[in-house]
Amino acid sequence: MPVWNKDIETLNREDIEQLQLERLQAIVYRCYKNVSFYKNKFDEIGITPDDIQSLDDLSKLPFTTKDDLRESYPYGMFAVPLREIVRIHSSSGATGLPTVVGYTRNDLENWSDLCARIMFAAGVTRDDVVQIAFDYGIFTGGFGFHQGAERIGASVIPTSVGHTNRQVTIIKDYKTTAIASTPNCALTIAERMEKLNIDPKSLNLRVGLFGAEQWNESIRKEVEERLLIKATDNYGLSEILGPGVAGECEERCGLHINEDHFVAEIIDPKTGKKLAAGAEGELVLTTLTKEGFPLLRYRTGDVTTLDIDPCGCGRTLARMARVMKRTDDILIVRGVNVYPSRVREILIQKDGNIPEFQIVAYRQDNKDNLEVKVEISEELFLDEMKQLRTYHLQLERAMQKSLGIAAKVKLVEPATLRDENGSIKRVVDLRPRNGETPPAE
Amino acid sequence: MLKVRSLKVNYGAIRALKGMSFHVSEGEIVTLIGANGAGKSTLLNTISGLLRPTSGEIMLEDKPIHRLSPAVIVRRGISQVPEGRQVFSSLTVRDNLILGAYPKMRVSSRAEIREDIEHMEELFPILKERERQTAGTLSGGEQQMLAIARSLMAHPRILLLDEPTMGLAPIVVSSILTTIKRLRSEGVTIVLIEQNAHAALSVADRGYVLETGRVVLDGTVEELLENQEVNRAYLGKGYKEVWE
Repeated sequence: MPVWNKDIETLNREDIEQLQLERLQAIVYRCYKNVSFYKNKFDEIGITPDDIQSLDDLSKLPFTTKDDLRESYPYGMFAVPLREIVRIHSSSGATGLPTVVGYTRNDLENWSDLCARIMFAAGVTRDDVVQIAFDYGIFTGGFGFHQGAERIGASVIPTSVGHTNRQVTIIKDYKTTAIASTPNCALTIAERMEKLNIDPKSLNLRVGLFGAEQWNESIRKEVEERLLIKATDNYGLSEILGPGVAGECEERCGLHINEDHFVAEIIDPKTGKKLAAGAEGELVLTTLTKEGFPLLRYRTGDVTTLDIDPCGCGRTLARMARVMKRTDDILIVRGVNVYPSRVREILIQKDGNIPEFQIVAYRQDNKDNLEVKVEISEELFLDEMKQLRTYHLQLERAMQKSLGIAAKVKLVEPATLRDENGSIKRVVDLRPRNGETPPAE
Repeated sequence: MLKVRSLKVNYGAIRALKGMSFHVSEGEIVTLIGANGAGKSTLLNTISGLLRPTSGEIMLEDKPIHRLSPAVIVRRGISQVPEGRQVFSSLTVRDNLILGAYPKMRVSSRAEIREDIEHMEELFPILKERERQTAGTLSGGEQQMLAIARSLMAHPRILLLDEPTMGLAPIVVSSILTTIKRLRSEGVTIVLIEQNAHAALSVADRGYVLETGRVVLDGTVEELLENQEVNRAYLGKGYKEVWE
């Protein structure tokens, strides 16, 4: 099977670890020297860069969390002067302060190359016509895949998201062979094609690169059958790089982590202790080469397992299992992170009271949807219908604006959200997981 | 081929290397650049066995060599061209070369050594011209050629070069660099230490930037040339140019 960077992707374990150790020592030193956040943290717990003498010593380092990034908003954790930054991306900021990530020219080079690597592993070649149906803009998805496909030498069509009819027309007329998008977007396109009576057999599509939201084998099967493509999963997060952190090869038995640029650890999210190989836990990533925005032991909040056995494709880079769970209450719906804290803020009333609520993600017509159930007081229920309707509308508007995604608001009677133990489950995910049937509501 | 892991070396009370790691693969030219006192020569002297590390390891083809004597390390295939050439100035060029074959004396015949000298004189024609002169009468560039040739007499697989361009005229520098590339094409793996980052990055495949006994950056030559810190600190691009 062809490999994009054979020298690196098929290195033996010992050589990968040598490279990781060299780069880890250098980046820890750079962080200590250039990022006051890390210098303070190191000094606080009494360690110096010289304490990192092996990869195991990684566990001596402090974690970095999303909150740390927020507290240093916007540029506090950049390791180079802004003058050297040539690109800035950031999270949507829909859920509080956004996290801002700067890329130097070398960072962009590496990013492009890593995206090329995962796209090549998924089967994209220079002969492909690649349609990028990820959002272009401050979000990393569109640009990441765009640069990767360009690096491979494919013909890139930057369609960005939405405009389903146009996506379909372009797939058909421009003879798109590979599509990069969220799985949901691919299903929407498939649906539209069926409506327009377009036979997938008449198309040239053959490869799909999907990510940015949770999906599973049954969705994979469905996308593959409806679009007649081979679908691969990939993983990335904007704080670390965007797409290009890990991706499936054509064997599809886990996502190869680009270990020459990242060290992956699995920890117990409660104790923070590193777990043995193969155990399920929270993925913690350390960047090894980033110049602009290096991160040490960043807690991704994503739950997975690691496998370092060589893969059938010949690559030796460790594989992570598809992410099916988060450690926190965050729900990822159509690529958007939905935080309960944000919903709580929307619901705060003038008197400071917060009504009880529950966030529900569910799947309907192959689409992920969000519903927020809100308990309202009896007075409000007895109030005029018109007032109730206004309140309902207000909430839906506020959710859309603040969460960055439409949420159906359902007003429920008091004390209906508590379960038999008297507690309220803040977040309920009813979307089907691998091989499971969705639980009945 | 050569792997250095978390090497710490002390000079008396001073810690010259504070946990340095790097590697060289077969057939590569790898350069280590850095300012005075960054630990570059200390590193080479430790690999050669002249200094002992307090901790860390040096592996040559997965076998540790950091407890071996310099002579054994030369026989394992690592030769160093020391900083400041250090040719035997009162001996002739030819005698200098013969001394370079010292580690091979027991196993090589006179004929083989003669052949090697001929090969060196082919590689460095100037040495043939100066064969009977004492080394002290050579110019700086010629002495550097002699020092390299002398090291090659031991048939190293890895050649450690310590500032080979130091104090040389630009035209001589470029001929030394050409020689280094030529050696690589003959199958010698090269570790090149330089303060002259320009020169080093023009021949190397990869590089490490050293700072006070540690690696602060590694990458391909293209990456290092793009890095603004390298530009500012080691390539003499003005502070102003980079920061404003």
